[in-house]
Amino acid sequence: MRSDKANTVVIGGGLVGMATAYGLVRDGVDVAVLDEGDLAYRASRGNFALIWVQGKGAGLPPYTMWTRQSATIWPEFARELEDVSGVELHLSQPGGFNISLDEGALGRRAAMLQRIDDACRGLPGFPAEGSFSVIDANELRKYFPEIGPEVVGATFNPLDRHVNSLLLFRALHIAFKKLGGRYLPNHKTATITPGNASFDIATEKGSVSASSLVLAAGIDNGRLGKMVGLNVPVRPQRGQILVTEKMKPFLRHPIQTLRQTNEGGLQIGDSVEEVGHDLGLRLGVLSVLARRAVGIFPHLKNVNVVRSWSALRVMTQDGYPIYDESRDHPGAFVCTCHSGVTLAAMHANVVAPMIKLRRLDDACGAFSTQRFHVPAAA
Amino acid sequence: MFQRLPDISGTTVHFSIDGKPTTGIEGDSVAAALLVAGHNAFRTTAVSGAERGPYCLMGACHDCYVEIDGTANQQACRIRLRDGMSVLTQHGKRDLGR
Repeated sequence: MRSDKANTVVIGGGLVGMATAYGLVRDGVDVAVLDEGDLAYRASRGNFALIWVQGKGAGLPPYTMWTRQSATIWPEFARELEDVSGVELHLSQPGGFNISLDEGALGRRAAMLQRIDDACRGLPGFPAEGSFSVIDANELRKYFPEIGPEVVGATFNPLDRHVNSLLLFRALHIAFKKLGGRYLPNHKTATITPGNASFDIATEKGSVSASSLVLAAGIDNGRLGKMVGLNVPVRPQRGQILVTEKMKPFLRHPIQTLRQTNEGGLQIGDSVEEVGHDLGLRLGVLSVLARRAVGIFPHLKNVNVVRSWSALRVMTQDGYPIYDESRDHPGAFVCTCHSGVTLAAMHANVVAPMIKLRRLDDACGAFSTQRFHVPAAA
Repeated sequence: MFQRLPDISGTTVHFSIDGKPTTGIEGDSVAAALLVAGHNAFRTTAVSGAERGPYCLMGACHDCYVEIDGTANQQACRIRLRDGMSVLTQHGKRDLGR
């Protein structure tokens, strides 16, 4: 068996792992990424490509602020990544809408967003005038003349944006390699053995030793975390997506359930199912997605769907990210979340520099695994 | 480039390509009628604008898109020619509502 060495090993070559690994090599760290092969569960290939702020952080203001910071620094992160990789990311940042077909749902949504704002008011950088606006159907027609009669209104957040997430994925891989990082596919991690100030990682294709380790393996982080004394409660949560034929651009803004890609196809999505590792598609769910899209834009009823797929979100118990370092085995970090696109800028520009210094600072405190160490109520 | 085999005949069907009156014969697919009428490029692509025409002629490649009677992105190889059809070559992406 081959044996290799790296200063830092990142386990997982998806968006979370690659954004972190890119941030590390850019700061001069010697990094190897250990990845599975093409058949890995790969949320990075199936996601909805939103950089999304509205609605994030109900119950945890630091998550609202973390997400806002990511959306704010995204343009600068994108510019640099485009320069290094030569790949255009098609970042579009005109603000995003959540469109409602139901008066009650719109009211509940506005109240939820208001609670998030109330919890964040006064925090540094949070806008005094609030983060969102509620727009009625008549005003919404100024943005989307094609909306149908069922639409009652929308919520809008100017920080919401979208990007071509497949090109983001490719750009991170290209930039990582250009900056000297080593990407090792088909190296699924079997075991991690913590040693004296180092970790031995046995993979299906030889072993690698490293003085520092980042777990960014998505839903496999639960299994890997146990090997280095980290409790990482993550589970798969399925989302299904419809993609239409390419059309002339008519959507100038992303909508939470609907966006038009830079090449013209529409992505229709935002389903949530708890079905374990099942990557199947269900006509019932897809028809709800299609029905909702046609309710918003009736013209879509004649448009052909050319693809559909499902992917597994990486969900923590409470839905917030986990950033932590093992207390038993310092140097072993975990970085996991379900928003690998939205938070890519934070992982590359904020989390990676902390991992380089081997210390997660207070900004990550709210995202530690300590929050799960609460005795269950009787 | 394409010619009918000498033993193929049938009732004449009248239709138009980009507004120009043309004829095919009953039983033609729209794609076959367009090819016989001398059209090789049916559309330009949605992304680069390059010309495309029928490639597989069996419904798989989606390169033969045309607009038929007001609906865009129709596979010409899978639709039978009808009298009075208005066929438009397609340029780039489909418009919402067409």
